[in-house]
Amino acid sequence: MKHTIQCDIVSAQEEIFSGEASMVFATGSVGELGISPRHAPLITQLKPGPVRVKQPDGEEAFFFVGGGILEVMPHLVTVLADTAVRADDLDEAAAVRAKEEAERELADQTGEIEVAEAQARLLEAAAQLRALQQLRKKGAR
Amino acid sequence: MAGGKEITTKIRSIENTRKVTSALEMVSASKIRKSQDLMAETRPYAKMIRRVMGHLSKARPEYRHPFTMGREQTNKVGYIIVSTDRGLCGGLNTNLFKMILADMAEWKSKGADVSAVTLGKKASAFFKNIKVDIAAHASDLGEKPQIEDLIGSIKVMLDAYRKEEIDLVYIVYNRFENTMSQKPVLEQLLPLPETDDDEVQDIWDYIYEPDAETLLDTVITRYIEADVYHAVLENLASEHAARMIAMKNATENAGELIDELTLVFNKARQAAITQEISEIVGGAAAV
Repeated sequence: MKHTIQCDIVSAQEEIFSGEASMVFATGSVGELGISPRHAPLITQLKPGPVRVKQPDGEEAFFFVGGGILEVMPHLVTVLADTAVRADDLDEAAAVRAKEEAERELADQTGEIEVAEAQARLLEAAAQLRALQQLRKKGAR
Repeated sequence: MAGGKEITTKIRSIENTRKVTSALEMVSASKIRKSQDLMAETRPYAKMIRRVMGHLSKARPEYRHPFTMGREQTNKVGYIIVSTDRGLCGGLNTNLFKMILADMAEWKSKGADVSAVTLGKKASAFFKNIKVDIAAHASDLGEKPQIEDLIGSIKVMLDAYRKEEIDLVYIVYNRFENTMSQKPVLEQLLPLPETDDDEVQDIWDYIYEPDAETLLDTVITRYIEADVYHAVLENLASEHAARMIAMKNATENAGELIDELTLVFNKARQAAITQEISEIVGGAAAV
């Protein structure tokens, strides 16, 4: 019987840890967790805090996660770490910001200016092209 | 020497343009690699979260999250549109917008309203001009987009879906196939498409902390965020690839133009020399 458990710690932006562990410690939303091999299936939210992985060779690896989700299967521990600090009110603030950003973008008139500018540039380029063609004709003569 | 000076000025200015375009080409080439690496780094998370979601749905087959349930009638369609901030990337954005417009027109003909969340300046500028309702916007994501910058915009869509203001959410972005080709894709984000992994159904359940619904909600939200984040990275890699190709073509065109102009210049010079000689010879003969 194996006395280790496969432990994967990932965040949306990178893989943090993947390997065998003899024990995993984390801070769940309800309390401290220590997970040994063949732990009962469990799924919990994580509070911001350290995740400690005790490796079979006795060494311990420390990671700090800003919250996330921890899933335990009998032979598997998965930590889905959040990269951002998350809280309902923070998320709400972000949503409000995104909406404001849209309003600002709508109020912003540079879009039309850009079009005008592009048209001006196009005219200029067309004029240059004409001049070039005339030059070419002259040269061919 | 007719036009000699003008031609040299022209050649010099095109040479300068060529310098700029070839520099841009090289910069983009190196950025493709970096954005591809970023894409690769997000893969483990996507794999893990899909696994957890699979476990969850098996443990709780009777509970259906609102995000997994389709609506009978589609009254409003939401689009999360991923575009670039900057131009000079060929037809990348234009092709994407064309596809969205076609899809929007189809929904409008069925009587559904449309709304958009735009990521990137090009999308907001375009859809503002054609008077599409923009619910949220984020731009200046940079070379290394952060998920924090996307959370707000995604939440606006998710909230609208929860409140049944929107019945269907699409995500639209350019998929990076390889350096030479990027493909605009439109994928359904909500309701979540059914996954078709029918493994053996074991009857077991988790210990939930705090409770199953909250957890499932969090997992699904994270999953969607990871999906959108991945789309942003795909689009970023596409942007660099498209810019590299566009700049490569521009550099080649500039080269051709310079060759042609040099030819014109040489001809003009020779004509001037010939004329001068014939004038001298003519003058000598007259004496």
